[in-house]
Amino acid sequence: MSRLAAILSGLLLTMPVVADYAPLPAGDFASVLPADGKAAPTHIAAFRLRTEPVTNAEFMAFVLKHPAWRRDRVPKVFADTGYLSHWAGASELGDQALPQQPVTRVSWFAAQAFCESEKARLPSWYEWEYASAADATRTDARQDPIWRDQTLAWYSRPSNTPLPLIGGQSDVRGIRDLHGLIWEWVDDFNALMVGQDSRDQDGADKLKFCGAGALSLQEKENYAILMRVAMLSSLKAVDTTVNLGFRCAKSD
Amino acid sequence: MKRVFVLLLLLISAVATAGTDMPKDSTYQLKVELTDQAGHTWPLSSRSGRVQLVSMFYTSCTMVCPMIVDTMQITDNALDEPSRARMDMLLVSFDPARDSVDALRQYAERRKLHAPAWTLARVSAQDARQLAALLGLQYRQLPGGDFNHSSELILLDAEGRLIARTSIIGRADPEFVAAVRKATAGP
Repeated sequence: MSRLAAILSGLLLTMPVVADYAPLPAGDFASVLPADGKAAPTHIAAFRLRTEPVTNAEFMAFVLKHPAWRRDRVPKVFADTGYLSHWAGASELGDQALPQQPVTRVSWFAAQAFCESEKARLPSWYEWEYASAADATRTDARQDPIWRDQTLAWYSRPSNTPLPLIGGQSDVRGIRDLHGLIWEWVDDFNALMVGQDSRDQDGADKLKFCGAGALSLQEKENYAILMRVAMLSSLKAVDTTVNLGFRCAKSD
Repeated sequence: MKRVFVLLLLLISAVATAGTDMPKDSTYQLKVELTDQAGHTWPLSSRSGRVQLVSMFYTSCTMVCPMIVDTMQITDNALDEPSRARMDMLLVSFDPARDSVDALRQYAERRKLHAPAWTLARVSAQDARQLAALLGLQYRQLPGGDFNHSSELILLDAEGRLIARTSIIGRADPEFVAAVRKATAGP
């Protein structure tokens, strides 16, 4: 009987899961990171975004199909030692990783490989930020102080409490959990380049970056989004953290 | 006949596992194809066997990139002749849209970066992002087409392990040069 259950759950894990992607129209968007370092809006081409972050169950199915991404086989250059370390085993979730929780402790390389397996890619920062501006009724709720308070509230949640399951309230486009659940990788996390210190821009370190120097931040009252930028720009591609997961995007 | 078949199978499996016999901490685990200034395409892992001094750049860059090249030359010149013969210089563009094979070749000629010591290469936009992530380099395209990017020299050992890096540009970094000397020292 338990054998049957094991076989059945194995089947469930390996069954192809077709993830939902919601379309987002092209648009001009005022990012916290203006492309020109001042205030120019960013043009975003139409794309589709995964409606939910990738779950432990989905990532397990991926690992079973692509064993090179098992935590006991992944090359060190693609993931640090924390990679999937909350799973009970290399191919077993266990109590600390529920199937419907978002997968975390994944490196950028692992997230990229997963998205590729879904014929998708990681969203760019601009795409993620553009999508995340929405709430249940508006595509851009960022000027609403209530939206700001709500998105900010999550950041005070202690990181040692278990992650909730996916399936938060969906926004106006049917996308869930952009806020209030996890941090998410973006494709160009290593393009955000916010200096740790404003002196980076014209002080002793001016040669650190070729070009116009580190970007300046806009919308300084949008703390929740700025914290995301600060966190992402501090990461290396092999890093994994307890709250860092991802979702995928597709170009239209 | 059967023997030929077995040989074929062996050959196929050898091709399929190429690159995976690299150490787990080698950057050559990344499967990317580079195309050099002569138009030849090869996998990154084919650089194995020799020490590599690596950086990323783009040819239309007028600000720090020329200094990255200068600093690679200064570092190379700090070595004795036998050590220099054991190291290659690899510059990879993160601007595949503008850095064609021709653009790379012209840049190499203009700066007198001669093969085989110098390789200037292009990769797809997606692979450039992966390679930069692997090497810990940041870059971002600006609206005008220029890039903001980190300026660093990176040292890979003969098996592709990242063993040293420096962000000191425009002069030799003594610590980095010491690491290069150690990596290229004779047997």
